[in-house]
Amino acid sequence: MKKEPIKIKEKEASERSANFEEVVLGYSEEEALEEASRCLQCKNPACSSGCPVGIDIKKFIAAIVRKDYKSAYFTIREKNDFPSMCGRVCPAEYQCRKACVLTKKGSPFASEQAINIHFLERFVGDYGMKNNLKILASSEEKSAKLKVAVVGSGPAGLCCAGELARKGIKVVIFESLHQSGGVLRYGIPPFRLPRDILDYEINYLQNLGVEIIPNYIIGKIKTLDELFSEGFTHIFLGLGAGVPAFLGVEGENLCNIYSVNEFLTRINLMSAYKFPEFHTPINVGRHIVIIGGGNTAMDAARSALRLQKLKGILHDTTIIYRRTEVEMPARRLEIEHAKEEGVKFEFLVQPLGFSGNEEGFVKKIRCLRCRLGEPDSSGRRRPVPIEGSDFEMDCDLAVIAIGLQANQVLTSVTPQLKTDKYFDVVVDPKTMETSMARVFAGGDIVGGEGTVIEAMGMAKIAAKAILA
Amino acid sequence: MKILKKEILAENSGIKITKLEILSPELAKKAKAGQFVALMVSEKGERIPLTIVDSNQAEGIITLIFQEAGLTTKLLGKMNIGDSLYSLTGPLGHATEIKNYGRVILVGGGVGIAEIYPVAKALKKAGNHVSAILGARNKDFLILEPEMKAVCDELLVVTDDGSYSRKGFTTDILDELLKKGGYDLVYAVGPIPMMRKAAGVTKNYNIKTIVSLNALMVDATGMCGGCRVNVAGKTKFSCVDGPEFDAAMVDWEALDKRNKIYKEQEKHICNLYKL
Repeated sequence: MKKEPIKIKEKEASERSANFEEVVLGYSEEEALEEASRCLQCKNPACSSGCPVGIDIKKFIAAIVRKDYKSAYFTIREKNDFPSMCGRVCPAEYQCRKACVLTKKGSPFASEQAINIHFLERFVGDYGMKNNLKILASSEEKSAKLKVAVVGSGPAGLCCAGELARKGIKVVIFESLHQSGGVLRYGIPPFRLPRDILDYEINYLQNLGVEIIPNYIIGKIKTLDELFSEGFTHIFLGLGAGVPAFLGVEGENLCNIYSVNEFLTRINLMSAYKFPEFHTPINVGRHIVIIGGGNTAMDAARSALRLQKLKGILHDTTIIYRRTEVEMPARRLEIEHAKEEGVKFEFLVQPLGFSGNEEGFVKKIRCLRCRLGEPDSSGRRRPVPIEGSDFEMDCDLAVIAIGLQANQVLTSVTPQLKTDKYFDVVVDPKTMETSMARVFAGGDIVGGEGTVIEAMGMAKIAAKAILA
Repeated sequence: MKILKKEILAENSGIKITKLEILSPELAKKAKAGQFVALMVSEKGERIPLTIVDSNQAEGIITLIFQEAGLTTKLLGKMNIGDSLYSLTGPLGHATEIKNYGRVILVGGGVGIAEIYPVAKALKKAGNHVSAILGARNKDFLILEPEMKAVCDELLVVTDDGSYSRKGFTTDILDELLKKGGYDLVYAVGPIPMMRKAAGVTKNYNIKTIVSLNALMVDATGMCGGCRVNVAGKTKFSCVDGPEFDAAMVDWEALDKRNKIYKEQEKHICNLYKL
């Protein structure tokens, strides 16, 4: 008889949505064993092909079944420096789980029956963390001659640094903000990725010998040429896609209209939800509208809802998205979580503009209803506005989460660095080397908006090329 | 990030302007007129932008001057020699375009005088004839007069109450100078109403006017868009597109409103910390 998937334990929606503590609790050993035993151990497994860093999934699951968690941990660690993190934030339903043989063919994302690979990875990662399992840096003759500068401490930068440090190479990460982690710190809320997990994974790198210098903006305080002249042999750029896109509609610069980056940075990086203990303020509206359908939109909505509850405001947070739920790029789990917690959804709705009061604060959002038309270049059905369907909604705080673009602080002062029409850095996909010799790049500055694990996949290719 | 020198430039009826010299050799090496830093006083602090008033490459020092307004500037004002900032990042924003424009007028209102000082210095060095108009609410709050005198060909001072020099507003003097004619550029920094008024005055004379905006920022590296302003009908980020813009193109009303987004919280937290 086919065994049913083991559901992951989560905090009650009503309890969890009034704080920023982690929502998903993870598998117990028994649950992990039971879930692992559902794996069919296919002769030719497809799951690993769905993993951007190519973890040997079959092997680590088999090790769990044998209760050899240590070996499971090192199997993952061979390919992935951050199992506890990826087990929490990977959109597995679009990756390994979608490739799992138990997913129905042609499904847009993983079937429920697919093995919960990410939860198993998290179990193993957390086991390694609790038991302080460590990979030692090897020292090869070649590594003594290399010194690598990594620009940006987000997923791509951290991963590249980890890959190189393991080989005994001296790596210095330059981070522009006062804390490291990039989007993992400023973008992903603690209820999805607790800060102690992030800190552990970053500490792990520092123990491998990676040096992290915060408050240091390459392109402002130093150029790439200066880094080379200081003795760095290679440079890896993990700059991220840090610039928020706006809608370009009327009233968009009214007070209390935030880009998703600002909203989440205030909350996550600056801990504005703990104001006044922390000094960075954030406003909380009575009628909050989030525009967008990606993971950051879900993060913003769930954070907004929490702020309302913390403030004792009757929660009213609505996500408006111009397509339907199926086309939403967000992780299915986040959509479910948002719904459970009380976030409302308005599908097939497109914002037209905002209006405000005398003091310049937003009060209303004007929208248009849409229907789905023919598929566009992204393969998703295009939203077509329905004429005359205008309507207004109360909105005293809005978050615009419609995407991010490349930050040009470094590229604008480095003309040798070739960029495309989106100002993304152009690379050779086989090596991730840019138009500048010995300068590599990966993550969102190359691929636009991707996932944490995709960024890591690119970083690994670059690290390999640097080592070659 | 260590504070090496501290000087209270002005203090009266609860308002204070402080000058700090901070050790930051790499910043001192790269800082150019018109640029700013983002700093935090403590781990729980806010990130705030402050203009780099001066930099001494030889000693590795940058100078910051600020008027205490919100909690962060008040906490910064309480820091002493030997204390270190929690974080300091820069140099941020575009530097002022320094070249020989000919005859330029710099207008500084209040603590804005500190912001026009490095620009005056650089423009003078580039061969410009530099006139400066300094304005303060009263005699006590007039800062950097001798320093400005040293880098300007002509220095005009006004106070709101007439307690020092001429009574009046910087924009009155600006109008008088422009009436005489022969100027090529105006550069103004001060409170929003002053910059807005300056923009109004110079418009009548069709003279290029640059202002440096003091929008609210978080990261100050182009990441959050909190500092966005409407310039010539387009959304610009003060931190990476500015902080300087063509005064005639700025939507002053929107900027003024956006700068008041957290007025209530600021009052609340200052009360709470009894500052």
